[in-house]
Amino acid sequence: MNTSFASSARMAWAALRMLLVLTVVTGIAYPLLVTGIGQVLFNDKANGSMVEVDGKEIGSKPIGQSWNIKGTDKPDPKWFQGRPSNSGYDPLTTGSSQLGASDPTLVKNVKAAKKQVAEFNGVPQSEVPKDAVTGSASAIDPDISPAYADIQVERVAENNGLTVAQVQKLVDDHTDGRTLGFMGEPHVNVLELNIALKGLAAKS
Amino acid sequence: MSSVLADVLVVTALIGALALVHRPLGDYMAAVFQSKNHLRVEKWIYRSVGANPDAEMRWPAYLRGVLVFSAVSVLFLYLLQRIQDKLPLSLGFKPITPDQAFNTAASFVSNTNWQSYSGEVAMSHVTQTMGLAVQNFVSAAVGIAVAVALVRGFARSRSRTGDLGNFWADLVRCVIRILVPLSVIAAVILVACGAIQNFGDIHSITTLTGDKQAISPGAVASQEAIKDLGTNGGGFFNANSAHPFENPNGFTNLLEIFLLLVIPFSLPRTFGTMVGNVKQGYAILAAMAVIWFLGVVAVTITEYAHPGAASQLAGGAMEGKEQRFGEGNSSLFAVSTTMTSTGSVNSFHDSFSGLSGGVLLLGMMLGEIAPGGTGSGLYGMLIMAVIAVFIAGLMVGRTPEYLGKKIGTREIKLAACYILITPALVLIGTALAMALGKGESSMTNVGAHGFSEVLYAYTSASNNNGSAFAGFAANTEYHNTMLGLCMLLGRFVPMVFVLALAGSLAEQKPVPATAGTLRTEKPLFTGLLVGAILIITGLTFFPALALGPLAEGLA
Repeated sequence: MNTSFASSARMAWAALRMLLVLTVVTGIAYPLLVTGIGQVLFNDKANGSMVEVDGKEIGSKPIGQSWNIKGTDKPDPKWFQGRPSNSGYDPLTTGSSQLGASDPTLVKNVKAAKKQVAEFNGVPQSEVPKDAVTGSASAIDPDISPAYADIQVERVAENNGLTVAQVQKLVDDHTDGRTLGFMGEPHVNVLELNIALKGLAAKS
Repeated sequence: MSSVLADVLVVTALIGALALVHRPLGDYMAAVFQSKNHLRVEKWIYRSVGANPDAEMRWPAYLRGVLVFSAVSVLFLYLLQRIQDKLPLSLGFKPITPDQAFNTAASFVSNTNWQSYSGEVAMSHVTQTMGLAVQNFVSAAVGIAVAVALVRGFARSRSRTGDLGNFWADLVRCVIRILVPLSVIAAVILVACGAIQNFGDIHSITTLTGDKQAISPGAVASQEAIKDLGTNGGGFFNANSAHPFENPNGFTNLLEIFLLLVIPFSLPRTFGTMVGNVKQGYAILAAMAVIWFLGVVAVTITEYAHPGAASQLAGGAMEGKEQRFGEGNSSLFAVSTTMTSTGSVNSFHDSFSGLSGGVLLLGMMLGEIAPGGTGSGLYGMLIMAVIAVFIAGLMVGRTPEYLGKKIGTREIKLAACYILITPALVLIGTALAMALGKGESSMTNVGAHGFSEVLYAYTSASNNNGSAFAGFAANTEYHNTMLGLCMLLGRFVPMVFVLALAGSLAEQKPVPATAGTLRTEKPLFTGLLVGAILIITGLTFFPALALGPLAEGLA
């Protein structure tokens, strides 16, 4: 009994030392090595691909933002709008609604979103694309579909004193296809699009 | 290009890439575990630990190594979370509560990576890198070590002493020669594509509309790489691989799916090489690949068809999915993650249609063998192969044998015990939760889908998957504790039977193959194997599936 206890204790001591040594390798050396390489070679991306306007940081390119009128939950007609978010685009509470595909609450949400998006952009409900009425997975999806961008063009042009052609060109320029032509889905980064829009509106 | 054509290309590229590395990686892993030499860094590790890497272990000693190392890991990780506020780089986060810290420790040590916490507002830099990420490495390595021990049981014929190798050597080699080098490469690619990698503070900015937004910091890329490669799945952030900092674009998405499949799909080659007949490996690989592929097709088609009242109204199943991935790339990820015991997600399975959710559940219920977790997939599949050989033996009235080893009473008892453990945990765990009223109070959805949430949680934990129907509010004292126990028992009790079986096989002298021997390297055997898996799983879980996803899907 005593000897087996002693041998178990010896093994536990060896196991603890093994864990500590492997912690040094995989928990300290490994992340520091990757951080070193990342910070030197890809400094901008390793730090979140921050975007500046007039010398001030106004967001991170891959992180979606809310485009509501400040302090309200009403969408601002002068901006392109993103997808519904489960957390109001708060990066500290990421995640989706978790509602099932036939859940009554989700049915209600989709119905309301469809009506709101159609009225807000002055298009029939049948033209509202799926990404405009469904919540994203991350709650900070930076992108919308090209179709959703298209139905917003007229409303955005009107509210910024621009022509429809000018704004449509902006959307086309900011539409990213699939990576290498086949990976992922085509998308429009709303933050970049709105920054370009702001620049164009300021010039005209 | 249409979305469907693009998806076909993505799957083709994925299969092509996996096929390309199958041989070199599989052979490399076999060489790693059969090598007689130690690298200098490995010698330093053995010296500082006081372990003799050349001492052969019989199965009880090997098992004791696995269990003691894992127990120490649970304690260490628990402690780290409880004192994270006293350590540097805490980001101001409080210590994790005792039940949640136990749940998380059990989760990461058992390679489950179920998460009842939200990483971005709970875990400090130190906990993430020195606690969670370390377990991502070592829990994956423990799984591979046990699989290699089982393969040695089949492969060794001359010694008859029952030696299975040295646990410490297998663990260290797997980390140093396989997991770390591959992770470094993957992590650097991820940073280059936009995953973040820093030790900064939460960063507040003012947006163009005048709102404030908080941008999270973190050593994300380094954790993401091993999270997928080690089939772990614990996201740095709550949104997991749906978070743009973890998975920025279509390419990284495909890379991450590749990472989570590459070791499980290459291990059959390691197995084939080590038993001296690569065709045996191909038969196992084929069974894994067939089931995985059928799952991908089923879920992708269902998601594009988007059944379900809400999806029909919206015109597509995009709830809980990211625009840059869409339905196809999300379905591919979902099937690959549930069938590899990974559990990372790039879209939320709770919002998939009822039938897709059922396929994902089934993927886990098969026992995570198609292709399964790192190591656990291979040993799970080999157990199934033993069962399939046994069934075939019954049909023709011969003592079954596999790879020259007789499958006698002792072997089949061990295999049967193995396949009973997880179903028992899943069904008893779910039934208890429902009977005690703990299930209903944690559901987000109502009716059949609500039941699926509970069933999914206990299936995910017991099979060491870790993905969730995340509407299930798991962070209660009851579920944290029960799911924690399911994860530990679902991981380590099966390992006991695997190693006991390995020991019993290693002691046997191989019998020569005769005309009556079942040819286990032929397609016929692959078919038999797939059939046995589906029948065993179907009989076990059909009643529970009928109450949840089937009821919803057919409603």
